[in-house]
Amino acid sequence: MAKFSRRKFLVGTGLVGGGIVLGISFMPGRLATIRKHYTVKGAEVLTTWVRIAEDNLVTVLVPHSEMGQGVHTTLPMMLAEEMEADWDLVRMEQAPAHQLFANDAVSKGFLLQGERLPAILNPPADWASYKLAQLLDVQTTGGSSSIRFTGEFGMRTTGAAVKEMLIRAAADKWDVPRSECVARLSHIVHEKSGAKASFGALAEAAAAYEPNPTPTLKDKSDFTIIGTSKQRFDIPPKVRGASVYGIDADVPNMRIAVLKAAPVFGGTVAKMDKSSIAGRRGIEDVVQIPDAVAVIGDNYWRAHAALADLSVSFDAAGHGDVSSQTIFSRFRAALDADDAKTNIAQGDVSIDGAQTLEADYQVPYLNHAAMEPMNCTAHVKDGKCEIWVGAQDPLACRGHAAKVLGLSAEDVTVHPLMLGGSFGRRSGVLMDYIERAVLIAAQVDYPVKVIWSREEDMQQGAYRPASISRFKAKLDDKGAPISWENHYIRDEERAAVHIPYAIENQSIRVSEVDTHVPYGVWRSVASSQHGFYIESFMDELAHAAGQDPVAYRRPLLGDNPRHLTVLDRVADMAKWGRKLKKGRALGVALRESFGTVVGQIAEVSIEDGSPRVHQIWCAADPGDVVNPDGFIAQMESGIIYGLTAALYGEITLENGQVQQENFPDYEMLHLATTPDIHVDIIRSGAKLGGAGEPSTPPAAPAVTNALFALTGQRIRVLPLKNHDFA
Amino acid sequence: MTIKLTINGVRHQLDVEPDMPLLWALRDELKLTGTKFGCGVAACGACTVHVDGQPVRSCSYPIDAAANTSVTTIEGLGDADGNNAVQRAWIEHQVPQCGYCQSGMIMAVTALLDDNPTPSDDDIDAAITNICRCGTYPRVRKAIHELAAAHKKNRKG
Ligand code: FES
Ligand code: FES
Repeated sequence: MAKFSRRKFLVGTGLVGGGIVLGISFMPGRLATIRKHYTVKGAEVLTTWVRIAEDNLVTVLVPHSEMGQGVHTTLPMMLAEEMEADWDLVRMEQAPAHQLFANDAVSKGFLLQGERLPAILNPPADWASYKLAQLLDVQTTGGSSSIRFTGEFGMRTTGAAVKEMLIRAAADKWDVPRSECVARLSHIVHEKSGAKASFGALAEAAAAYEPNPTPTLKDKSDFTIIGTSKQRFDIPPKVRGASVYGIDADVPNMRIAVLKAAPVFGGTVAKMDKSSIAGRRGIEDVVQIPDAVAVIGDNYWRAHAALADLSVSFDAAGHGDVSSQTIFSRFRAALDADDAKTNIAQGDVSIDGAQTLEADYQVPYLNHAAMEPMNCTAHVKDGKCEIWVGAQDPLACRGHAAKVLGLSAEDVTVHPLMLGGSFGRRSGVLMDYIERAVLIAAQVDYPVKVIWSREEDMQQGAYRPASISRFKAKLDDKGAPISWENHYIRDEERAAVHIPYAIENQSIRVSEVDTHVPYGVWRSVASSQHGFYIESFMDELAHAAGQDPVAYRRPLLGDNPRHLTVLDRVADMAKWGRKLKKGRALGVALRESFGTVVGQIAEVSIEDGSPRVHQIWCAADPGDVVNPDGFIAQMESGIIYGLTAALYGEITLENGQVQQENFPDYEMLHLATTPDIHVDIIRSGAKLGGAGEPSTPPAAPAVTNALFALTGQRIRVLPLKNHDFA
Repeated sequence: MTIKLTINGVRHQLDVEPDMPLLWALRDELKLTGTKFGCGVAACGACTVHVDGQPVRSCSYPIDAAANTSVTTIEGLGDADGNNAVQRAWIEHQVPQCGYCQSGMIMAVTALLDDNPTPSDDDIDAAITNICRCGTYPRVRKAIHELAAAHKKNRKG
């Protein structure tokens, strides 16, 4: 880590109320692989802030949103580890905080000159947060990026730099060599003399030193915090109902708006007649924006009921005859037309094989359906805009609001609130929630909380794209694959179609078909489709070869030892090959995404004609893990998300619009239908991988492969609810 | 219409339409936002509160049905130490992820255990039909079992 070469600069340290505030910035110019996960353009600069108070509390300012993945705890863990802080004395705050830009000009000057923090800047969080907002163009939470990027390159280095400064302060004070002082549990100790001082007591003196931009990082084997399970900071308020989510925003003089957007995407408001709801109790305004109307009142229920009675019609922008069927026909036509772009061409796929297999796979559109319906609170007045929102990328929200309103970013303030789930919906890819809220707010002079009903959330999504993938493979006379051809629809994430298996001849091609359906990133992005496709087709090859699906994959993983280890581990966990209860079968799938390799085995049966998943074994190699219990929770979560999609997930279109409305017709796994889940973590030491997404892709193929083993029915089209298992 | 009811031990008089769902009286009239809106059609359980000790889905429960009752929301659930046993178990087992469903989940589980302190898996499956999009179900089940085990032990001891 210490020799990781990139430009860094320090933005300075500062003294506040006897404590120290330290911020370190990086400009990691060459992090190309990480960069592609960010949706915000511009220089990548990462600033980490930490505050040490006189009472010896260390507060880490975390520049990412908490959406349930535990990042508000894992990132402070990484900083505390390097700093040798006593975990019980570590706190976190999300940045940016309120009054974000109160100290705009002063902060900027300070930033540019790299001078010490002026005393007038109080409380320090405002200043620190401002700095983050200015510099941190990579603020987004998503792409499983927060730990891998902010944690590794920001938190750890800052923690180590602060430790060095504290040691220096102690050594100077006691007049002993620095090398004789050690940091331990939020104290600096000089063992020879028995001298000991708390971080808090040394902070003021430490602040006078220049931070070292390349401190020595700890060796993994010396970790005492990283790699241990810690309770999450965000959980105690959550069990008391005290966390403030976007939908809980409460601003003085605020009203509540309920909106209805054109049901056919791309459509606009054709006609609206407010008279049908004139004089209703609690209703204050009815506003129209190009593609939606909103009823504004003092209570959600009143506004929602009035909206239902509002006379409004929308046009269909020429998409009124589009259905799921017409979309899939166009996909199929594109595969038949054969005018694809090449993604991979390797060897010669026209060689002869002893056996040829062909199959088409298909998945539908999916909605994120986070538990918290989409919402955004905005106040637009006198050329300024204030926003309260739970979003993965508050900075992108700021930029988008500015663009929509024709303001400069400086005039927009974003107050980040807790996210009631996101899974990609609240990312910066499609910020319809910002756009509609600020356009509505711009028409009134009070703050307005715009809430999507569940039906609106369902029908105005940023959908996981539907797609089709066509495969052809040839096997030699021993059943080994010698060619792999894949032609698929939609280039969402190019690497997602690459296979980890050593097959000499490959042709992978893509065709683009545009539809009017808005799409977004959905938990695990393109791996959610291609994981299912590739791992199902591999299972087909194994069965065609008359071989065991685990044994079949093993020799093909020679170039990918992590995959092989994961496969062997999960086979071990599930006791693959054992005799099962009658009516049960196992299926296996293996998938790397976001740097983490995950293998899963599902045990299934058929109950009353429907698939039932009893167990999932999951082995995961994220390289290393910061908070093991939190990582396991993410694996469980991702598996259940993937199973829900495999069993039930389907958004369909008819007459250009989404048919599903609410949970009754967009079904979810419940407690009663959740399998037992067993997770093993493999700490291979590879570069840190993601946690939030990689367990989703293998869930579907593990289940469908198990169903094939049980019934002989090969499932090539999801979801499973549309199939009969007699 | 004036509706009188007690919420978390405090008496309230609300001048609202009788068919306003209890959820929106709590959230928008009284600013008790710990109770969450998830679906509005009694399908998800995010809005679960107790009316005279019974769990109800407040999004689909008209306020006049709650007249002259005692309502408990997540904000009023804790005992003198702050959290009730379920809330403490939720911290110990690190149940919540995004946490949005958990107010309702905790209300539903508290009601289940008040009624049946040692539920079987089938009892749990039948009673806890709340949706958690983050998939915290395995931990919910484990925490309930542990609470039931503690109850059994206390009874014996
Ligand atoms: S919001 Fe009441 S059950 Fe979903
Ligand atoms: S914890 Fe997120 S929905 Fe349950």
